[in-house]
Amino acid sequence: MLKKLGENKVNIESAIVKMGDAQFPSPFAGGLEYSSPARGTWNIVHTGMLVPEAHEIFVCAASCLRGVVLTAAEMNAMDRFSTVEVKENNLLEGNLEELLIDGVTDIINKLPKTPPAVLVYTSCVHHFTGCDWNVMFGTLRERFPDIDFVDCYMNPTLRKSGLTPDQIMRRQLYALLKPCSINPNSAAIIGNDLPTDRNSDLIKMLEAYGIKIHEITSCKTYAEYQQMAESSIYISYYPAAKAGGEELAKRLGGKHLYLPYSWDYDEIDETLKTLTAVCEDMVKDSETIAGENSRSSENTIDKFFAQKKAECEKAFRETYEIIGDTPIAIDYTFCPRPTSVAKQLLTHGFNVKRIYLDSFTREEKGDYEFLKENCPDLELYATVNVMSRFMAHDTGTDNEKWLAIGQKAAYFLNTDYFVNVVEGGGMFGYEAVTDGLKLIREAFLEKKEMRKLVQIKGMGCGSCGLG
Amino acid sequence: MKQTSGFISTYSADAFGVCSALYELGGLIVMHDASGCNSTYTTHDEPRWYDMDSMVYISGLTEIEAIMGDDSRLIDDIVNAAAELHPRFIAIVGTTIPAMTGFDADAAARVVESRTGIKTYGFKTTGMRSYVHGVSEAFLALTDIVAENYRLKQTMSEESGDTLEADIKAGSGTGNEKSVNIIGLTPLDFSINGSDKAIKAYYEAKGYKVISTWAMGSSMEEILEAPKAGLNIVVSEAGISAAKKMKEEFGLPIKVGIPVGGEDIDISNLFGAEVDLSRSETVSTPVKESYSDCDCIIIGEAVSSYSLAEYLKQKTGRNIGVIVSTDLDEDGIADALLTAPDACTVIADPLFKPLLKNKKLIRLPHEAFSGRLYRDEIPDIITDIRWLDECTGVIARI
Repeated sequence: MLKKLGENKVNIESAIVKMGDAQFPSPFAGGLEYSSPARGTWNIVHTGMLVPEAHEIFVCAASCLRGVVLTAAEMNAMDRFSTVEVKENNLLEGNLEELLIDGVTDIINKLPKTPPAVLVYTSCVHHFTGCDWNVMFGTLRERFPDIDFVDCYMNPTLRKSGLTPDQIMRRQLYALLKPCSINPNSAAIIGNDLPTDRNSDLIKMLEAYGIKIHEITSCKTYAEYQQMAESSIYISYYPAAKAGGEELAKRLGGKHLYLPYSWDYDEIDETLKTLTAVCEDMVKDSETIAGENSRSSENTIDKFFAQKKAECEKAFRETYEIIGDTPIAIDYTFCPRPTSVAKQLLTHGFNVKRIYLDSFTREEKGDYEFLKENCPDLELYATVNVMSRFMAHDTGTDNEKWLAIGQKAAYFLNTDYFVNVVEGGGMFGYEAVTDGLKLIREAFLEKKEMRKLVQIKGMGCGSCGLG
Repeated sequence: MKQTSGFISTYSADAFGVCSALYELGGLIVMHDASGCNSTYTTHDEPRWYDMDSMVYISGLTEIEAIMGDDSRLIDDIVNAAAELHPRFIAIVGTTIPAMTGFDADAAARVVESRTGIKTYGFKTTGMRSYVHGVSEAFLALTDIVAENYRLKQTMSEESGDTLEADIKAGSGTGNEKSVNIIGLTPLDFSINGSDKAIKAYYEAKGYKVISTWAMGSSMEEILEAPKAGLNIVVSEAGISAAKKMKEEFGLPIKVGIPVGGEDIDISNLFGAEVDLSRSETVSTPVKESYSDCDCIIIGEAVSSYSLAEYLKQKTGRNIGVIVSTDLDEDGIADALLTAPDACTVIADPLFKPLLKNKKLIRLPHEAFSGRLYRDEIPDIITDIRWLDECTGVIARI
């Protein structure tokens, strides 16, 4: 609980909007921004480390370096991380290109072992001073022909100018893949920080068709990472990965398939039908057909969907029996579609009272319209608003037991009863619903150390637990 | 090569130093930055973030605003936030891109002040210098607030015909001799392990009244009383400039040093007594050319490292060298270590280990370097006699 410094009573009303009054896609007025202590989502350091054996070099000012250096330190990855510090004199002298080239060269020469790949992160200053990326990276490639270099970006000033830094990072993560002969029976799941659940519909379906699955999260070596390039299909289901997926498929000659994450039965059906059709085509095209048994007829698919829906409905009933009318809050860090989760829970009678988010994504338009019409009293709470700072000591819960789905909701509600999952947790399809409900039941029954857990950066990346 | 770090961390930046120094004083503090500064500061450099209220935000600078030099949204957003929050003061803190585009923090501060009626300060921080500079500049601004308040009181007393309270007549340096201010406290240098309270308790036990502690544990009201003190105790390099300015303004003498192990450590001679506010640099660090005669090296912040070195010298008779690392890059520190072939033991933050080669490390985590990573391990070097005894034992056996 926050200790108040002054006696001034603050009013957090400006950080709350009722669904019925919410504008799409920005329900809150802009302004100064707050940053909550819930840190479980990944940043560009964590994501870059997914390239096995690669070394990261950040070239930026001290204030920017600080966060990324300590991210690396907390994930015990300092042996794969280096920095080149931009100083005032570099801006005045206009030698940022020279600094990057010489700095990266110096670091590589000092490393005990030459890495197969180096991710070089430039920053906003390189953009604004008009640096020449061809010169910088061309020179590095000439100097170190055995190393694969990729340009990565830490330029938050450009976060509203085209692709976001998160989207760009998920694109550049695969920019090191080199074209090779395509295996028609091979697919890569791309753009996720967390491994896709082995029990998810996505994995099970690909496996049922005998399709070889690549995912960066399971690559142990750089060579293994490069094998992803044999894929004939690139599947993404995390929204920020979509733009990169399109480009990757175009460059390497495969096909990109975007399967949006959702808790909505119709959307899941549609997604899985699309996947099925693609799998059928792949198997048809493949020389190593998995066999007729793996093929699903229309009838079989419908049966499969009906069975899955029945399992979901059973899970909803079991969950309701346990948590009843307990007030629920969901936040946007739990998954890419918190509104979809809210919609499903509300239509199954759950007492969802709040969603913590700052904006809606384009994919959420349907959920937004449904909730606006059917649940106008559902409250939206901003997480970066000036007044969000004071929500943790003004939870408005009257000491009632609430259930939080996601770390930010848990922090703002100051509750130990929460689902500790970020970025969808690798769940997908109907399994996202049944497994998500299982986690909700567990969260209701067992307390967690919220304060400790939510402050760990990059949940699931191996960061040390900080007290 | 200068400016590269192959293997070690980097110190907290000047903008975060400003935030840390002013955190507890009820001000609205706005880093003029796009996105990352607030999460970095509040995750790694601000241990009070979870438990203690504050009003630290970022402006959310965008590309188009940077290119067009458009400060209007920043100003409007600050004015709007101030109307809701009623801060004691406002601080606009520069970062790298505003520094590059020539953002005039002072001008923005004047506009905000004229629209809100709230005292507003612009900090020309660049995000390209260490936290020491930022803390130092924040304390200098605090000195301005204190001096202005003092002058206001003087004017009011002259107009009313009353004499200023005897113990506020500090201009000649003849304030209450048995009272002190402690200048230079931030969690970046002292974490939240009780070191700040231990320093205060040390002076209270010696019979001093502690008027204010800049800036952990004191309210703005207490800080405004600072001229009452008879002596300023400087406990970090970042506090030196403010103490020197107060010497000029109020005649308050300065003592530099931390009472390590409860001992009276005075290292004032290392930092120079004369005020030179015309210098653009806000900090002044003693520099040592060679460490060839040293048995042990301490790497870290200037005042705490020299204070600890003095303590260890007294206890062991060994020659202890200090590498002030807050404004050195990796090569600078490595080069300094090369001049110390006989120093087989180094006291430093664990993240310096890759530079130590075969030297033995005595772990002394420093929040401004390793952030929250080893926070539970940071000793309170004023009262943690066990840690000091272990340290002394190792050095005595060299």
